[in-house]
Amino acid sequence: MAEVEETLKRIQSQNGVQGIIIVNTEGIPIKTTLDNASTVQYAGLIHQLVMKARSTVRDIDPQNDLTFLRVRSKKNEIMIAPDKDYFLIVIQNPSD
Amino acid sequence: YLVRSQPKLQVRKRWDEEEGVDTGDGWDEWSGKALIKPPDQLELTEAELKEETTRILTANNPHAPQNIVRYSFKERSYKPTSVVDQMAVHFVLEGSLLHQDSDEARRLRAKEGPCSFFSTQSDYDLIFLMCPETDGGEEAGEEDRPDSVASKTDRKEPKVSNQFNFSERASQTLNNPLRERSCQTEPPPRSNFSDTANQWEIYDAYVEELQQQEKNKEKQKAAASKNDNDKSKKKTVLMETQNDDISKVGKASKIFERMVNQNTFDDIAQDFKYFEDASDEFRDQEGTLLPLWKFQYDKAKRLSVTALCWNKKYQDLFAVGMGSYDFSKQGRGMLVYYSLKNSAFPEFIYPTDSGVLCLDIHEQHSYLVVVGFYDGCVAVYNLKEEGLEPLYKSTAKTGKHTDPVWQVRWQNDDMDNNHNFYSVSSDGRVVSWTLVKNELVFTDIIRLSLDGAVSDGPEGAEQPACGTSFDFHKQIDYLFLVGTEEGKIHKCSKTYSSQFLETYDAHSMAVDAVKWNHFHPKVFISCSSDWTVKIWDHAINTPMFTFDLNAAVGDVAWSPYSSTVFAAVTTDGTVHVFDLNINKYEAICQQPVVAKKKTKLTHIEFNPIYPILIVGDDRGYVSSFKLSPNLRKKPKALLPLMTMVNELWSNQSCRTKHRRKPNSTLSHNTLIRAHLQLALQPLQFPFVLIMHNTWHCGAWVQHT
Repeated sequence: MAEVEETLKRIQSQNGVQGIIIVNTEGIPIKTTLDNASTVQYAGLIHQLVMKARSTVRDIDPQNDLTFLRVRSKKNEIMIAPDKDYFLIVIQNPSD
Repeated sequence: YLVRSQPKLQVRKRWDEEEGVDTGDGWDEWSGKALIKPPDQLELTEAELKEETTRILTANNPHAPQNIVRYSFKERSYKPTSVVDQMAVHFVLEGSLLHQDSDEARRLRAKEGPCSFFSTQSDYDLIFLMCPETDGGEEAGEEDRPDSVASKTDRKEPKVSNQFNFSERASQTLNNPLRERSCQTEPPPRSNFSDTANQWEIYDAYVEELQQQEKNKEKQKAAASKNDNDKSKKKTVLMETQNDDISKVGKASKIFERMVNQNTFDDIAQDFKYFEDASDEFRDQEGTLLPLWKFQYDKAKRLSVTALCWNKKYQDLFAVGMGSYDFSKQGRGMLVYYSLKNSAFPEFIYPTDSGVLCLDIHEQHSYLVVVGFYDGCVAVYNLKEEGLEPLYKSTAKTGKHTDPVWQVRWQNDDMDNNHNFYSVSSDGRVVSWTLVKNELVFTDIIRLSLDGAVSDGPEGAEQPACGTSFDFHKQIDYLFLVGTEEGKIHKCSKTYSSQFLETYDAHSMAVDAVKWNHFHPKVFISCSSDWTVKIWDHAINTPMFTFDLNAAVGDVAWSPYSSTVFAAVTTDGTVHVFDLNINKYEAICQQPVVAKKKTKLTHIEFNPIYPILIVGDDRGYVSSFKLSPNLRKKPKALLPLMTMVNELWSNQSCRTKHRRKPNSTLSHNTLIRAHLQLALQPLQFPFVLIMHNTWHCGAWVQHT
């Protein structure tokens, strides 16, 4: 468990990383480094996106599953790693 | 109608005469002479006027339709009805009169009793019944006495009833006032349920079902050991509650770290994959090294890199052994694994008590790594296991070395399918270790000594020589080379423990590395702190090539893609890459790779598939470099190296002398000739045999 904490700390300390959010399956954020309003917003919107993406992947082949999702926009990059019970969202500014 | 055709005039006249009216004059003037005709009257002739037209009065209803057509099912066609009803109803009145002789009338009369009477009036007939009460006054009732009749009828008005004998009876009850009473219960708990039925949800449901079935089967089988099950269940329950939310994202966070790193070092990743230095075309034959990632670990900062090894299975993973070469500064060490995908943090970290000096990753079981320590121990780590402790560790009892272990190598599994590896150390022993179940079993293979092979006899003082490096032949399993601290290289066999097959006086200082060529079965390379790198043919006692690199050479490595390319690192922080095919005397790339001049480079390794080098230095950094195209030229066959060998031998045979055979130039020449012959053979399995023969031949020459 400490290992995971450390990993998250390291991710947070990388340049360009703006925030990390951990969301559970219902879409409720359980840990975050951003402010409340943004967290809630991200969690809600991204939750739907991940469900849709996962559904797409699995519909095509049920034995397949989504491992990673990257949304690159002009200003930053939102990376989502879904897990069985939770998913992790990291917002990074890659140009730094 | 009969129309009177008499003019109206005559009628008038008569009337006038009767009354004797004096307006007769006026009439005459007015009506006798001219007939006033309406303007649209039909003009008819006299004859036509006199014509009599007959009008007939019939009983036909002029409004009745005359052409009713009905569909006859019998004839299956429409037929005109012959008879049409001509009756026209002009007036209808519903009456309530009853004929006195009808049944109803009689009934009613009977109801009313004897005083009821009806009178039917005819013009002269009068019948009326007498009521018993009015006996006295009505006896002579023949006359028409409407008054008395009327008075009589007034007494009892008969009730007129209809044919249904319907009577209505109603009564009103007391209406109870309405009162409302209600009570509200708690609503039953409700929840909305919605779900989707996708392909994958169905698949998941099936998989779960299968697992459930399997579990049930197992439960049935393990019905006897219920207690154990319960205990383990309890344990698992505890575990689940302990497992906090955070640790479940472990895997995701690991992926994330790599992704974030990829983003941060995006340009490096792109370079690694795609960059090819185009300026190599203009640079003659030289090449460059493009710096890529730099790997470092905070806790290992003061240690120097003492060993590097790529993982054969996962070619982005490499192991770094950390320790110290400094005799006085011995402390702890580390075994650290890095992946190219994550340059910020190591994948695996194993701290050790003493400095790591060498390591080797098993070729087939890439989770096994053997490590040799400064304190003489060897240990085997299993990456798959969770703990930080090695799987096996040698102790003083189990034959650990008394001096630092300089090199370890895995070998093929022995006949019992046990893994085994070899180690060489400064105590002069080359030891083979076998992993048997839970322990390491050691076997001394050979003892090195200064004078030659050690024999078990009681003769002479044997000074153990210090082995500093060794390498096993790629194809010939039993053949290996050992480099010693005195600068000698011994060619040995696993099976002959008492004798060296050959000894080469290689260097003036300790031999730091000895490596067989990956492709050419006879060539090996050695490097030493005496600033030289030498390339040898194992059948010949003198080196084929010697390169002076102006600084102590820490390590040398053959490239896996070409038989003529090798790289060396020196303590002045330079990497030298040679390609004998292109330039036999000079390096095609000499590049200083460290910022600080004092950093010494200690080890170098080529990646098995990617065009990458990793270089370790004494500050604990590992840097990776990409080889530019000029450094990566692959020869088409082994011919280049062999022809080179030929040339060289023909050149060198004139110059060098063999120390052992000063008077046998002739035999030396035969040796060369034999060698030349075999150099021209195509490289196949028979070639190996021939080489074997040559060796024997050589040995024969030696002894005579």
